[in-house]
Amino acid sequence: MSDREDVAILGAGMHPWGKWGRNFVEYGVAAAQAALTDAGIEWPEVQFVSGADTMRNGYPGYVAGATFAQALGWTGAQVASSYAACASGVTAIAAARAQILAGLCDVALVVGADTTPKGFLAPNSGVRGDDPDWLRFRLLGATNPTYFALYARHRMEAYGATTDDFAAVKVKNARHGLLNPNARYRKEVTLDEVKASPIVADPLRLLDICATSDGGAALVLTSMDFARRHLGADAGRSGSGVARIRAVSTVTPTYPQTIIELPGFATDSTAGIGGRPELTFKQSIARRAYEEAGLGPDDLDTAEVYDLSTAMELDWYEQIGLCSVGDAEALLRSGATALGGRIPVNPSGGLGSFGEAVPAQAIAQVCELTWQVRGQAGDRQVDGARTAMSINQGLFGHGSAVIVSR
Amino acid sequence: MPKTRVPAVEGWFTTDESAPELIGARGTVTGSYFWPVALASSANPTAPTEPREAVRLSRRGTLWSWTTNEYKPPEPYVSSDPFVPYTVCAVELAAEGMTVLGQLARGVDPHSLRFGQEMELALGVLYEDDAHEYTVWSWKPVADGGQEGGAR
Repeated sequence: MSDREDVAILGAGMHPWGKWGRNFVEYGVAAAQAALTDAGIEWPEVQFVSGADTMRNGYPGYVAGATFAQALGWTGAQVASSYAACASGVTAIAAARAQILAGLCDVALVVGADTTPKGFLAPNSGVRGDDPDWLRFRLLGATNPTYFALYARHRMEAYGATTDDFAAVKVKNARHGLLNPNARYRKEVTLDEVKASPIVADPLRLLDICATSDGGAALVLTSMDFARRHLGADAGRSGSGVARIRAVSTVTPTYPQTIIELPGFATDSTAGIGGRPELTFKQSIARRAYEEAGLGPDDLDTAEVYDLSTAMELDWYEQIGLCSVGDAEALLRSGATALGGRIPVNPSGGLGSFGEAVPAQAIAQVCELTWQVRGQAGDRQVDGARTAMSINQGLFGHGSAVIVSR
Repeated sequence: MPKTRVPAVEGWFTTDESAPELIGARGTVTGSYFWPVALASSANPTAPTEPREAVRLSRRGTLWSWTTNEYKPPEPYVSSDPFVPYTVCAVELAAEGMTVLGQLARGVDPHSLRFGQEMELALGVLYEDDAHEYTVWSWKPVADGGQEGGAR
């Protein structure tokens, strides 16, 4: 099999998630150093730095690539910074991958980190009457959990989901996260505890909704040729044994978008030319990744999906093709998506165990895939994992999916 | 002295107390509807610069989903003091093929809502200050037996 369109993941590293309250740059540097150590690469060897931006930490966050490069010590490397909301990390990965595949560099470092405030993610301050993200709070009081709850209640009506199903996602992911030293929440959660937690936006309760966290994640990406040369006689990880990126999907939606998305006030109209699209946005993100890799859902051994809410994890089962639309609850109840099941989902513990550190999260998903396909995921290892997908979706229409294989 | 009623946002809805309407647009080439128009946030890719004509959207639709927010949201939402939970509805408009968000009209018990029920646009007070009441579009259940609706 040709791997000319692949890039190697030589190193993965994270700063543990939490509510540490320190400068985001610290987390990014710690994650970068961990990834470089994992790769056996010295910082001055990095030719391209790709930063995922944070919007909540002032100017250094807007130019995260340069911020991390400076904190590691200027070396004259090429640099880029990306912002795509929750998809920022994969946009940064896509930039690094393109540089490598174009032959413009051999070694790239991707870094994302965030320090988040307590409570709801709020819009930037000031009066901004032309910014839908400001207006949705102003005119509707539509927080992020408002949208998650609208989807969740619709699942209950359309597909027979129950609040017990939602709670079961939390219980499963808490069991996974318990085994992950980088997770913020590392304890078992019972169905009763979920159902006793306060309602945020019905039918979703506090433990159905992911928190916001501090954290950092980084990857060292290289050309396949560089990886072979670098690993040399390291038989365990050389050649086809190296984790590699098979596909990156950063697609936009296709008009008309028929599901109400953050931070919108309305869906697109299906009344005009174009009618209903064949795929939902989430489906199209996965479809593009599958097509690029020449793979399908049956080829996956595990997946990391963006469980901003427990109910949203169920949406993803269907949208990435693990089951038909309307069958996610049955798949969950069968145990297939728990560790030990047919297709474990969120073996890392997911956002339910991490909380979201926006620019770091999509990179952290790929760190988990890397460790899974290398067989280095410790007690949360998916047996025999060789191919895995991460997927999420950024505000305002940024798709984000990666397929990793060994 | 009674407070002056002003819309919380200009140009998104009419302020007819008894029968407010959302002020939308329709592409003259594609026939696609757009709302809110002021945000210019979407276009039909087959004719992205098509001329648009002003239209009023259907006043009635069916309830797709809803949720009640139990926690005080961050600014710029203007919360009452003490905070009162509020409900957000997603309503499907058949003629336009759109789902439109809006708060549930104050005073309607969200526990009385049911999926697919017919909803109608209403005008409500979002917040107020010493001199003004700031109005906003909202959704309320259609009283049984009501008949009206459709695009214009």
